[in-house]
Amino acid sequence: MTFQAIYTLWLRELKRFWRAKSRIVGILAQSFFFLAIVGFGLNNIVEISGTSYTTFMAPGIVCMTIMFSSIFAGVSVLWDKQFGFLKEILVAPVSRLSIMLGKALGGATTSILQGLLVLFVVTAFGMVPFSIFGLTIALVIMVITSVTFVSMGLAIASKMDDPHGFQLIMNFLVMPMFMLSGAFFPIENLPAPLMFFVSIDPLTYAVDGMRSVLLGVSTYPLALSLGVLSVFCLTMLAIGACFFNRIT
Amino acid sequence: MAIIDVRKLRKEFNGLVAVDDISFSVGKGEIFGLLGPNGAGKTTIISVLATILKPTECEAKVCGYDVCSEPYDIRGCIGIVFQDPSLDEKLTARENLDFHARMYGMSSKKREDKIEEVLEMVSLQDRADSLVETFSGGMRRRLEIARGLMHYPKVLFLDEPTLGLDPQTRHVIWKYIVELKKKYGVTVILTTHYMEEADKLCDRIAIMDNGKIIALDTPEELKNSLGGDLIVLKGKDVQKLKSKLKKFATKIREFNSSLSLSVKDAEKSLPKIMRAVGGDKIDSIKMQKPTLDDVFLHYTGRRIREEKADKMSKFRARRMARMRR
Ligand SMILES: Nc1ncnc2c1ncn2[C@@H]1O[C@H](COP(=O)(O)OP(=O)(O)OP(=O)(O)O)[C@@H](O)[C@H]1O
Ligand SMILES: [Mg+2]
Repeated sequence: MTFQAIYTLWLRELKRFWRAKSRIVGILAQSFFFLAIVGFGLNNIVEISGTSYTTFMAPGIVCMTIMFSSIFAGVSVLWDKQFGFLKEILVAPVSRLSIMLGKALGGATTSILQGLLVLFVVTAFGMVPFSIFGLTIALVIMVITSVTFVSMGLAIASKMDDPHGFQLIMNFLVMPMFMLSGAFFPIENLPAPLMFFVSIDPLTYAVDGMRSVLLGVSTYPLALSLGVLSVFCLTMLAIGACFFNRIT
Repeated sequence: MAIIDVRKLRKEFNGLVAVDDISFSVGKGEIFGLLGPNGAGKTTIISVLATILKPTECEAKVCGYDVCSEPYDIRGCIGIVFQDPSLDEKLTARENLDFHARMYGMSSKKREDKIEEVLEMVSLQDRADSLVETFSGGMRRRLEIARGLMHYPKVLFLDEPTLGLDPQTRHVIWKYIVELKKKYGVTVILTTHYMEEADKLCDRIAIMDNGKIIALDTPEELKNSLGGDLIVLKGKDVQKLKSKLKKFATKIREFNSSLSLSVKDAEKSLPKIMRAVGGDKIDSIKMQKPTLDDVFLHYTGRRIREEKADKMSKFRARRMARMRR
């Protein structure tokens, strides 16, 4: 494992991120779209655990931003493959693990930046109360969440040949994970069969933990959410590294 | 001393034999050419030796390391210019080179100097800070070559390095490849469709067809193997000419409406041939030393030139497809 190689790959992700402004705008617009239309639309009708609906939704929207951008960052390896650049990376005297880590850290950094921007906006508009402690733990949750989903994206991309299957991943993996995570509604009242899927969805714990530190309401204890999320994160990292190791 | 040692290398793609039990070795500091028509297996050999493709049978060593069990050691000692595009289009030329240099662990001072040096060599200094997506096909190729030369590899693989370049740039690249060998003792494995390139640069050439090496020698010896000089005649009745002239030639071949005769000494044979032809009509007569093109024709029954135009358009189409995306 070489630090310089990891840093080099990380730097590339950041440069590309900075240049793909339309992509950033797209992901942020999607977040604000949900918040503005769904949130404000339901604000007067729905009240959950004594908080307004927009406030209830805000932590979920931050997590959604992180998840979407992280998966996308991981799957972007497919575009490297398409444009031939992956060969240049793979033929360098650098271990596959360093390459995977460089990609993962780069993708995580860019998606945390986007998550922070959304978090900043919802805090500035007063949807989430300002607290240094809350925001610090929120950042920790964001880091773990993004590493989990970038690794998931990398693992999936290692098993695919070209970006054509990307839409499939969106429809059958990313959207269900998002819908079941409790970002939009409290999960307590869901029927048992659905609850099973909710409980194996990493995003559930991210959203719940985030809600716990930002709003003080949660389904699970914070320590449990953080623990489960960390286990997901390490597992996904291991799977990602293992799959990536076999890429040719 | 052999820096590349290949013994019975074999690669199959779902039953299709792309490389068929090939053996050869390349000495340190040698420029070794792989020449062959499309699909001969040149890229497959290079990919296996550069450890980006696993062979079916592993019996090959590069820099003393085994391609299957020690790929990581090999990667540190080789450089490669791929046949297909491999640049990051969202980075500038300089950033692409910088990325490469960092991945190969070059220090920052060395990086900067070397980037300037290679940019100048391929005349891209004034476009160094433009995004690669704004580059023409030829400019991209030049940048890829510059990148392959960034770190001083012991073995450099060049898969059709000058395809699509203008003659001027091609000459600059040739000069640099020869310099690499002379100054730094770099071993170069090169595939090409340009006969002139192979003839001029390579110390030894392996002619490939259908996954096999069908001839391997120095360009001189390959040309001599045709049995001396060539005399090419064009005439009305090729068959008749052929029967009359058979006795003067060591080898005789028909090619379209012309006849090519291999003779020991063209200067001495020409008058005899003219006398033997007698009253029969010939349109033209030409005397030449054999070229690699003739060697290629001799061994494969095809002219590689015919494929060149085709190849070029394929190459262009591929680049265009990339750009449109
Ligand atoms: N990934 C692959 N899957 C299946 N078949 C392949 C693959 N790569 C190459 N082949 C086949 O292997 C054979 C050799 O291909 P290769 O690319 O080595 O030829 P080449 O000599 O480099 O040709 P060219 O001059 O066109 O570059 C061809 O028949 C090709 O179809
Ligand atoms: Mg090839």
